Amino acid sequence: MRQILLKSLLTGPLTEDVPDATEVAALGSAVGAAAQARLGRSLAIREVDAGSCNACELEIHALSNAFYDLERFGLKFVASPRHADVLLVTGPVSRNMAEALQRTHEATPAPKWVVAAGDCAINGGVFAGSYAVMGGVEAVLPVDLRIPGCPPTPTALLQGLLALLNANEGRAAR
Amino acid sequence: MQSLTSLLAAGTRSFTCRPWPRAVLDPGAWSALAAHLAQGRFTLVSLWGDVDAVHMALLDEASVEAGIATCLCPEGRFPSVGQVHPPAQRLERAVRDLYGHVPEAAPDTRPWLDHGRWGIDAPLGAAQAAGEGEPYAFLAAEGAALHQIPVGPVHAGIIEPGHFRFTCHGETVVRLEARLGYVHKGIEGLMVGASVEEAARLAGRSSGDSTVAFALAFARAVEAARGIGVPPRAIWLRALAAELERLANHFGDVGAICNDAAFALMLAHCGVLRERTLRAAQTAFGNRLMMDVVIPGGLSNDMTPDGIAAVRALVKTARATFPELIRLYDDTTSIQDRTVGTGIVREALARRFGAGGFVGRASGRSFDARRFLPYPPYNQMPFTIPSRQDGDVNARIWIRIQEIEESLSLVTRLLDTLPAGPTQTSVEPGPGEGVAMVEGFRGDIFAYVRLDREGRMARAHLRDPSWFQWPLLEAAIEGNIVADFPLCNKSFNCSYAGHDL
Repeated sequence: MRQILLKSLLTGPLTEDVPDATEVAALGSAVGAAAQARLGRSLAIREVDAGSCNACELEIHALSNAFYDLERFGLKFVASPRHADVLLVTGPVSRNMAEALQRTHEATPAPKWVVAAGDCAINGGVFAGSYAVMGGVEAVLPVDLRIPGCPPTPTALLQGLLALLNANEGRAAR
Repeated sequence: MQSLTSLLAAGTRSFTCRPWPRAVLDPGAWSALAAHLAQGRFTLVSLWGDVDAVHMALLDEASVEAGIATCLCPEGRFPSVGQVHPPAQRLERAVRDLYGHVPEAAPDTRPWLDHGRWGIDAPLGAAQAAGEGEPYAFLAAEGAALHQIPVGPVHAGIIEPGHFRFTCHGETVVRLEARLGYVHKGIEGLMVGASVEEAARLAGRSSGDSTVAFALAFARAVEAARGIGVPPRAIWLRALAAELERLANHFGDVGAICNDAAFALMLAHCGVLRERTLRAAQTAFGNRLMMDVVIPGGLSNDMTPDGIAAVRALVKTARATFPELIRLYDDTTSIQDRTVGTGIVREALARRFGAGGFVGRASGRSFDARRFLPYPPYNQMPFTIPSRQDGDVNARIWIRIQEIEESLSLVTRLLDTLPAGPTQTSVEPGPGEGVAMVEGFRGDIFAYVRLDREGRMARAHLRDPSWFQWPLLEAAIEGNIVADFPLCNKSFNCSYAGHDL
């Protein structure tokens, strides 16, 4: 173990630079200025899988690896909606998960923001039109930010989440 | 003793299904097959519904045969297989939920995928309007001083939704019952009437972590149905993508299991290897998870010229760094204390449920779809299937470690022998019926497709290995402490999405 730790010290970090700032600004324009004022430089995120195929979850997990190191930006995944500022929702919202998603939202203290991550969460994606899905997060909850992709890359997810922090114009938080 | 083929020969043979034979059996012969399953002579591959029938795929491991039995249900009833062979129970409950066919004398009549939220009953069958269902009745446990812990469907970590009901005596789990179906999206319903291309995209989104394996199983079933072969280069690159997917998942799992025992150093280093694997896949195939890379007829795109160098660099890095991590795992007593002897699955149970992947192989069932009824290129490429008898969390980690070594070797050999030529052949639209079985990272994935005259999907069924692994998790946790559940659960890493479809 000591050798591995020593080697890590000598080789330096793998962590990469902040993703393209213009992309972040573009996404950020969709989010309220109040978000930034209220949140400062810290965001507690509760992830909710509402019927995803689990590909989005894999890429959300990747945000915590050494290359992306989400926590250096003040972004943090939390275990309970009661600790969260943001719900990061994936999947087309299966009807069997709709109530659980709603109740998770109710359990999140205001002010709160909802991010729809991935094409399914935005409009149902390839599952739109099925008897078993609501067809996107919007059908159940108000959505503040959309991050497209099937699945979105970790870079796209990071840009989207940074946009919440860097927002500089727009509307008030719910 | 009669082999599977001779038992199926008693029925009316359907000559359209390839390459496995399919026969329509009368209810008596269907029940006789169920009795053979119960005696352990055959292995249940899947059981799924159709508008007017139920089908059951079986393996005869002794004589290396596979086949499908069909039982017509004109009155919407069929003899339950689950009454004598428990692995069929949840599949039968799903058939009833989706098609309305009633398994007669089934021991468990509760719905499974249908949570009473769809607004319709039997969406793929009669599709009648319905209200909310009854509250779900969990199985009881009796005794003094027992308490229940409900967990989910929204969990503390970033994982898929499902409900776990623990009944505990102090710290010890007396019974665990899982309730699944929360991520049911109606994939098999969406596939009916879809074009082959649309259905392939859906198949690749059955379980995102196994997108290559699902897409490959689906593509091979379509190719079997249409009687076409794909070019050698496509076969090699498909296998390359499948092995990269196995590597990425196994790296991620080894780290994540250790992390669930608070050994975060392994997660950090294994996470780097997983990320490097995904980046090599991005360079080679233009997508980190390799979604929509495998399509019926071959590959959507040839590998990029930079792909070979990127994958070789990955193999070199993994060979240089992974052995150190294995030593770290093996030499650290605090993690060994958590993984050794925890969550044991007995061999008899693994065999009864036909558990595939590392769950089966860690408990003495060394089944691998790449070896049993082997498909190219694995029929020309020797590799070792690791197997252990201990069946605990540690064994499931070690199977993954050994499979990583095998996959690295396979990847190198696939690149060394990569044929030149096209990577796609056209799939002419037309009728047909085909099956395929492919080894994904968590076990064997089964696919059945039937195409109508215009070549559109008449019926498709995809069976994730998790169907036969979730019930074993319930058995593995019995007698363990609640705090070891995350560890056991991660060592299984069953798919919710692949199971719920």
